[in-house]
Amino acid sequence: MAKGKVLLEVKGLRAAVAGNEILKGVDLTIRDGEVHAIMGPNGSGKSTLAQVLAGHPAYEVRGGSVQYAGKDLFELDPEERARDGVFLAFQYPVEIRGITNSYFLRSALNAIRKSKGEAELDPLDFLQVLESKLKAIGWDDAMMNRPVNEGFSGGEKKRNEILQLAVLEPRFAILDETDSGLDIDALKTVAQAVNQLRAPERAFLIVTHYQRLLNYITPDVVHVLADGRIVKSGGPELAHELEAKGYDWLRDAAMVS
Amino acid sequence: MAHVDQLVGSYRAWASNGVSGAPDWLKDLREGGIARFHHLGFPNMKQEAWRFTSVAPIAEGSFELAKEPARIPTLDEIRPFLLLEAGYRLVFVDGFFQRSLSTPFFDDVQSLAHVVSHRQDLVRQHLGKYVATQDRPFSALNTAFVSDGAFVHVPAKTNIPEPIQLLFLASGTKPVVAHPRNLVVIEREARASIVETYAALGDHSYWTNAVTEIVVGDGARADHYRVQRESDRAYHVATSQSHQGRDSTLNLHFVAFGGALARHDIGAVMAGPGGTLILNGLYLLAGAQHADHHTTIDHAADHCASHEYFNGVLDDKARGVFTGRIIVRPGAQKTDSKQTNNNLLLSGHAHADSQPQLEIYADDVKCTHGSTVGPLDPRALFYLRSRGVGEDDARRLLTYGFAAEILGRMEIAPLRAQLDAIVRGRLAE
Repeated sequence: MAKGKVLLEVKGLRAAVAGNEILKGVDLTIRDGEVHAIMGPNGSGKSTLAQVLAGHPAYEVRGGSVQYAGKDLFELDPEERARDGVFLAFQYPVEIRGITNSYFLRSALNAIRKSKGEAELDPLDFLQVLESKLKAIGWDDAMMNRPVNEGFSGGEKKRNEILQLAVLEPRFAILDETDSGLDIDALKTVAQAVNQLRAPERAFLIVTHYQRLLNYITPDVVHVLADGRIVKSGGPELAHELEAKGYDWLRDAAMVS
Repeated sequence: MAHVDQLVGSYRAWASNGVSGAPDWLKDLREGGIARFHHLGFPNMKQEAWRFTSVAPIAEGSFELAKEPARIPTLDEIRPFLLLEAGYRLVFVDGFFQRSLSTPFFDDVQSLAHVVSHRQDLVRQHLGKYVATQDRPFSALNTAFVSDGAFVHVPAKTNIPEPIQLLFLASGTKPVVAHPRNLVVIEREARASIVETYAALGDHSYWTNAVTEIVVGDGARADHYRVQRESDRAYHVATSQSHQGRDSTLNLHFVAFGGALARHDIGAVMAGPGGTLILNGLYLLAGAQHADHHTTIDHAADHCASHEYFNGVLDDKARGVFTGRIIVRPGAQKTDSKQTNNNLLLSGHAHADSQPQLEIYADDVKCTHGSTVGPLDPRALFYLRSRGVGEDDARRLLTYGFAAEILGRMEIAPLRAQLDAIVRGRLAE
């Protein structure tokens, strides 16, 4: 298969939160259409990488660069990144009181459409866009009339993230531990929905602690992040190796290098 | 003290003059009210119930008892204050019933001044029987000056499908005080919705001292909405007291937008078993506005449920005070009571005080409460921005959500839409 164009190029990325440097020089190249998985032990910096790429203001970029679709990613506000096709499925989706799921998602879609010079969708048009996407995650309208994530179960919150992904159709989707807290049925539904969204013009970065999600979503490349650096990259088989051997041997390898 | 004496003096003049033809029981009620007020005087901040609210601008102000409306507006002028087009409507200006502005009415939806003489027994049975005056100077003062206000009576097993609107307008051209007194009696197994609105035509300083008593009979259901949009220079003091019978449902919705100083005492007594109460409130304040909501839910019977939700949105130097007292009496077993008060501070100078007061004297009950005071949640802000919504829009959306959460519980769709538009308008300022 012909390789796609480079979409994301991370070079020597260093980032800190609350004064602690978590990322200590991350290098990563993702091309259009590729699915990359980042695995690693707790505290290795996986979620930090996801948050930094999405532009969370609490994280301080201390060095390195990220080029995204030919732009300097750090020149863009979080909303500008989103409008340019960056999407983060949150590990802990946020509850928003008083705003229905439907209103929230339509506001997001319209903000993105507006930035592209496209017409905003009224509630009826939006309902049509929504219909097929809801079906893919096994939901009906009732979930859309509830306040965003309020009173949702862990699994419902994660499905909601995938629904947003399906509606907003990003070019680069980051899934931050989307598998955590899911039972096996929910995991399968989420994986299936992601697989349906795989496309030559859409890349994925899947952050996960466990290999089990990768039983259902086969990545093109697997990276291991340990102590703020990518210490090993390989094919899908690397995930299985990690599942069998754990992370300790890699942490030692990181110390040596 | 001078002002207390002045008010008592103006009562004497009023009682011996125009209203001296009142029946004895009403005279007694008034006399009791003024005696109580004279004894109590104005509250001060050393009193627990008034810790955060000074009524000095009222106590030291000079407000004359309105003798008649300063002017009578046209129907077109009052239209912007009508939150609903359909249904019965009673309109009051400076406390006086305006027949010409009201819809054709009948004996059960009437001005209190009229029914006091025409339906004495019914009025006498209920008026002043629910609201406390013992330690409440403002409701005592209102009781002293009882003369006009709205009277709504829904006979047993009667359903009034259209909401009944009660509109209290201040002409706002002179510093006057009005003491509107409302009595709502929903008899056994009856049902009605009421929308009580306070607003001003002019922007002069004035004082409203209102009392509303709401009686909900056994198996009855009442939906009572109260919208306070007084002028920014107005002083608004009010008491809403409800009394519920067995297996009754009462949904109380309170929205406060206006007033320089607003104090609202809300009391709800659940007197019969199996009652359900929703107390749903919003205060949206800016500038130097001060609003104090003091709520008391009294679980006097078993198997009742009360759910209380109050949200405050405070901008500029505004101050919101919320006190949520819940009393569960001995024997009120299986009480299910939930209270939340969330305050959103949009400015570093805005301030909110929130204090739950739970007094539980029964052992088999479920009571929860929670309150928050703080700025917009930065996590929610980032969540929205990460979805492409710009920062300003994200702030507006989250702020709107705080208000929308309360409005979302209101069942009358056109009313909800009107209030939604007012909220959006205020947030866009």
